[in-house]
Amino acid sequence: MKKLVIVALLAVFGAVTWFGVRHATATKVGYSLNLLEANKNKILLITVGTEPRTLDPQEAQGVTEQHIIMAMIEGLVAPSMDDQSKVAPGMADRWDHNDDASIWTFHIGDDRKWSNGDPVKAQDFVFSYKRMLTASFGAEYSENLFILKGAEDYYNGKITDFDQVGVTAVDDRTLRLEFVGPTPYLLSLLQHQAWVPVCPRAILKFGSIDTRDTKWTRPENYVGNGPFKMKSWHPNDVIEVVRNPLYWDAANVKLNGINFYSIENIDTQERAFQAGQLHKTDQVPPDKMPYYRREHPEVLRIDPYEGVYFYRVNVARKPLDNPKVRLALNLAIDREAIVKNIMRQGQKPATGFTPPGMGDYQPLNKIGYDPARARQILAEAGYPDGKGFPPFTIHFNTMEAHRTIAEAIQQMWKEELNINVTLENQEWKVYLDTQNHKNYDISRSGWIGDYMDPITFLSIWTTGNGNNNTNWGNPKYDALIEQAARTGDPVKRLKILHDAEDLFLTDLPVILVYWYTDPYLLQRSVENWYPLALGNHNYKFIDLKSDSELAK
Amino acid sequence: MIKIVAGRLLQLIPVLWIILTLTFFMSKSVPGGPFSAERQATPETIARLNAYYGLDKPLWEQYVNYLANVVRFDFGPSYTYQGESVNEVIGRSFPISFEIGTLAFVISLVLGIPAGVIAAANRNKLLDYLPMSLSMLGICLPTFVLGPILALVFGLIFKIAPVSGWYGLNYVPLPPAVMPALTLGLFYAAYIARLARGGMLDILNQDFIRTARAKGVPEHEIIVKHALRGGLLPIAAFLGPAFAGLLTGSFVLEKVFNIPGIGQEFIKSVFNRDYPLIMGTVAFFGVLIVVFNLLSDVLQAWMDPKSRT
Repeated sequence: MKKLVIVALLAVFGAVTWFGVRHATATKVGYSLNLLEANKNKILLITVGTEPRTLDPQEAQGVTEQHIIMAMIEGLVAPSMDDQSKVAPGMADRWDHNDDASIWTFHIGDDRKWSNGDPVKAQDFVFSYKRMLTASFGAEYSENLFILKGAEDYYNGKITDFDQVGVTAVDDRTLRLEFVGPTPYLLSLLQHQAWVPVCPRAILKFGSIDTRDTKWTRPENYVGNGPFKMKSWHPNDVIEVVRNPLYWDAANVKLNGINFYSIENIDTQERAFQAGQLHKTDQVPPDKMPYYRREHPEVLRIDPYEGVYFYRVNVARKPLDNPKVRLALNLAIDREAIVKNIMRQGQKPATGFTPPGMGDYQPLNKIGYDPARARQILAEAGYPDGKGFPPFTIHFNTMEAHRTIAEAIQQMWKEELNINVTLENQEWKVYLDTQNHKNYDISRSGWIGDYMDPITFLSIWTTGNGNNNTNWGNPKYDALIEQAARTGDPVKRLKILHDAEDLFLTDLPVILVYWYTDPYLLQRSVENWYPLALGNHNYKFIDLKSDSELAK
Repeated sequence: MIKIVAGRLLQLIPVLWIILTLTFFMSKSVPGGPFSAERQATPETIARLNAYYGLDKPLWEQYVNYLANVVRFDFGPSYTYQGESVNEVIGRSFPISFEIGTLAFVISLVLGIPAGVIAAANRNKLLDYLPMSLSMLGICLPTFVLGPILALVFGLIFKIAPVSGWYGLNYVPLPPAVMPALTLGLFYAAYIARLARGGMLDILNQDFIRTARAKGVPEHEIIVKHALRGGLLPIAAFLGPAFAGLLTGSFVLEKVFNIPGIGQEFIKSVFNRDYPLIMGTVAFFGVLIVVFNLLSDVLQAWMDPKSRT
């Protein structure tokens, strides 16, 4: 009997092992293609880095999600092929606005359809914005819509009738948006996922307007209106999208499909690129930059990117409450050395907060490297040669590059100012918690623009803003931001924002480091992949050349 | 025997309860929540999200609700994979780790046992030094070094294996499980080889072997017929936890080869404060470890009459 049990158990174990091995050694159905085949069949193979949390544009938060959703859902307007500050028609084929750009009217084209065959109506946008503003739904980006008249009040329950919110379907094909003030940058904003529509029928099939995390985002249920539609989704591996025949401009879509791979590890991305498994990587490992610059410059791309790397300074803590101290700390940093020797990816030393490339907005050139002046200002602040300066800590999330930069800055402050700083790293969520509770002296930070307007960088610094987190606030600054929101003349408005940023950089609750770039590897067969400052590529313009064409 | 096995399986219930309780309170006591992000949503939105997922209730109430659901095998929704339940996440990622794990297991046995036995039979000769130095190398080389090396050699130079992804390439001969399984398998093979050598040397010095030798039994017969069963006992004890460890995947390896297995789900759930997924994977791993330890005990009982009490 005993023996029987033992033999039976061992037999089961053996069978399980055999089953596993048989499956492991069987050939899988291919979702990947080699580059030659992919080029011939016009399937773009790219990686967007991490796995998206969701493909519901109204629950999504990150750039990863945005870059996949864009293939399947199109907003009122769509990104143009080669200039992020310009737009191409999307669901709307034309639009107009009143003099101060506070009321906009969008005319939705007759041929715009959802991938389930429903026509795209103005009412769908009303539904979508209502969903974003339904408090119980808890959309992380709901704040983005607060520039709509009445939106904030509706969200906070002060009004309950959505008709009072500035979103109106004049008729099936005409959508009117009314804003609390002039919104000259609206067209750029509309490309953000918070503003793209969702198909009411697809959403309501799986719950009510405020049900989260439903199965509507599964491939078999997903309904979009963009150039591609979802075919499969293998989490942590690949999302396949294929041409959407119902897309209004399907005739001009060049690709037959896109495979979005989730490859988090940047070394793995690079290997996959070399092995011909990818047309485009998301990043380039910094230590491989010299190799690609030297051996394969034809596949290395370094695009400008709307982002800034900086340190938040907790201005409630002594001696960092003194603006002179903060200025001295800023002036003692050799940013050129950091981008050249540590980052090595073409980043630019940040001389202001808003990066260059924001249309007509001129970036400020206020902060530079001037160790002599730094020492002098520190002395004025009461710490000649760093004497008596209390020790403080730079706090950052655990990552090699952050540590290296912090060490460099630590060294520079020691050498130039004779100030001692300690470094402390924390796991990502603990770090966020520390930052949100303002439980730090100096904290590493980054900010990426959502749209092509300086307000995407400047609005976070108003007093008490949820992303400010420095204890800094200045009523004058708040007033300027407020004034900009009421100014319709674009030139005047940018001037006001410029003044606001100048004031911000005078008070300086941050330590500037560098402006981001977007380095990646791109196979030569990819066409029309232009440098775009937000990285929002309209995939319908992308094309692939076959190898025979390349040879010509 | 049936009684022992059934008893051990019954023990699973209190073990799981303790694991779940500890994990529950430990994961909730770590700073940071599932909805914090670099770009903060408004505090009102965060509060609403917490309310939506029941995270605003008192801790004891969350705990009771959770246990009530677990009894019904409902581990709740994942916060990281919106729209997927924890059961679905485990259901899709475990089979992948399972395939890699079993293959790695077979590789480690096929390489490890003969290497160890040969080394023991040729004590202090070249055939002892060579496999043992290799196995030392195998133990010392971490998977995040060996993995990329194998990817480089077989993926980029010989182009016979994919370097990334699970849904393999049409034009490479090797399926995607092979490289990760080899990386893991070599590491475990190194361990097994050393254990096998040690066990065999123990047995080969015993009296009954000496008697057999004196009777003129050929050496290969001594090893295969008389020494092997006892000599491999230390391996049997090692196999249970090792197999469970192989099946639960490896975070590092899954990142290196970009494999959508359960190892990374476990680690990432902690990083993301995805409480239901943390609990689900911990419970699942708990069951696996208990079951395979049991199997390993059964195997030992078969190999060693002394332990059958």
